[in-house]
Amino acid sequence: MNNNPQLNRDGELQHLLTTEGLPISILLKILDTAESFVGVTERDIKKVPLLRGKSIFNLFFEPSTRTRTTFEIAAKRLSADVVNLDVAASSQSKGETMLDTVNNLSAMHADMFIVRHSQSGAAHLIARHVKPGIHVINAGDGRHAHPTQALLDMFTIRRYKKDFHSLRVAIIGDILHSRVARSQIHALTTLGVPEVRVITPKTLLSNKVERLGVQVYHDMAQGLKDVDVLLMLRLQNERMLGARLPSAEEYFKYYGLTQEKLALASQDAIVLHPGPMNRGVEIDSAVADGKQSVILSQVTFGIAVRMAVMTILMGN
Amino acid sequence: MQLPNAEQLLVELTEKMRPDVATNIALVGIYTGGVWLAERLHQDLGITLPLGVLDSSFYRDDFDQIGLHSQVRSSNIPFKVDGSHIILIDDVLFTGRTIRAATNELFDHGRPASIRLAALIDRGGRELPIAINYVGTTIVLSEDKMLALERNKNGKLNLSLYDRVNRNSE
Repeated sequence: MNNNPQLNRDGELQHLLTTEGLPISILLKILDTAESFVGVTERDIKKVPLLRGKSIFNLFFEPSTRTRTTFEIAAKRLSADVVNLDVAASSQSKGETMLDTVNNLSAMHADMFIVRHSQSGAAHLIARHVKPGIHVINAGDGRHAHPTQALLDMFTIRRYKKDFHSLRVAIIGDILHSRVARSQIHALTTLGVPEVRVITPKTLLSNKVERLGVQVYHDMAQGLKDVDVLLMLRLQNERMLGARLPSAEEYFKYYGLTQEKLALASQDAIVLHPGPMNRGVEIDSAVADGKQSVILSQVTFGIAVRMAVMTILMGN
Repeated sequence: MQLPNAEQLLVELTEKMRPDVATNIALVGIYTGGVWLAERLHQDLGITLPLGVLDSSFYRDDFDQIGLHSQVRSSNIPFKVDGSHIILIDDVLFTGRTIRAATNELFDHGRPASIRLAALIDRGGRELPIAINYVGTTIVLSEDKMLALERNKNGKLNLSLYDRVNRNSE
């Protein structure tokens, strides 16, 4: 038995729970497979028969429209049957436990669960609980991980920058609450990016993040110098438990990405954002809609990357 | 066993196809060996429609048994499939399952007027009702052998025979 609950005894990916500890060979296989699916998503008939007859359940214990929709589209383009369960609004409110919900759906012969939960570790718990042959994808758990988001970011970076080994990448914003940032840092490091920076207000910095081998900046002008890739994070208003920030305006003044601040990075730097964007808070509209923004490409590539993950899991 | 010379077979295959060349003919090579052959045929036959390439992994019937093939390449069909006359190019025709998968994929790009099949070698062993239109030669091989087309760094093609470990690479 290995310690990584994502891998089976042969070292193959069984569940996708986090980018932490995933070998580079698996990351590259996902990115390469996604490359082939991009072609499929550009055709008139955007469907392949790979997962015909498979049942995939979107189990969202926390509301999300975009992520759920992209998983649904990805599954449908693989010809799987998709069922969306807005669990927050159904059985859980009647008192059913999460694992009972999973047991019931497993009895309906589920092949895969896509799980979003506000508690860190929820997807791990389900992955340990399900029978062999049932796969789990973590679509975001608390502050812990959001691996498919990080993978689609990696895919987008590779598309535009070709090689990870000469890049300077900055992750900008609310590191403290961000499962996206954590998954990005692990993926970037494994893929060989030599310099990963985080730029964040002191109040939004997790004290654990420096242990992940990143350089921490609190000043945009210093942090953005010579950066090739800017990974913006969403200011997570709904997770702001205390008054960590004076106001959105104040945040925008110091950390909001404007054209002037972007000009401090490399000339051909690209800007990514996982969405949904808070325009005028973490990113200015002129940047979001500007030439260096690849935000809508991320959305397109996100479908191909999720198709790749689902296919690889189902094939193992 | 003495294997035929792949370059010689390609010359013979090219001449068998030449009488049927017309402006509405399109070639589609199946990865990997079929693409090498299709590149050469496309040039030597003076085909005007751009060359298509196909990786049928997303349409295979053995996904449930063996999962996704280790290396999937992107298909690219750069011409209008509706109404086209397509010749599929593969290196070795065996069970016919690759051709079934490739045909299905082509139909997701449009409705061709016709599809024909060319291969360097027909080794028999069909498991599906698939017929070949243009063939370099026919060889009878036992099921545990794998015949593979290879290309050296000078672009020359040659054939090699292996013992089949699994059918992953067929």
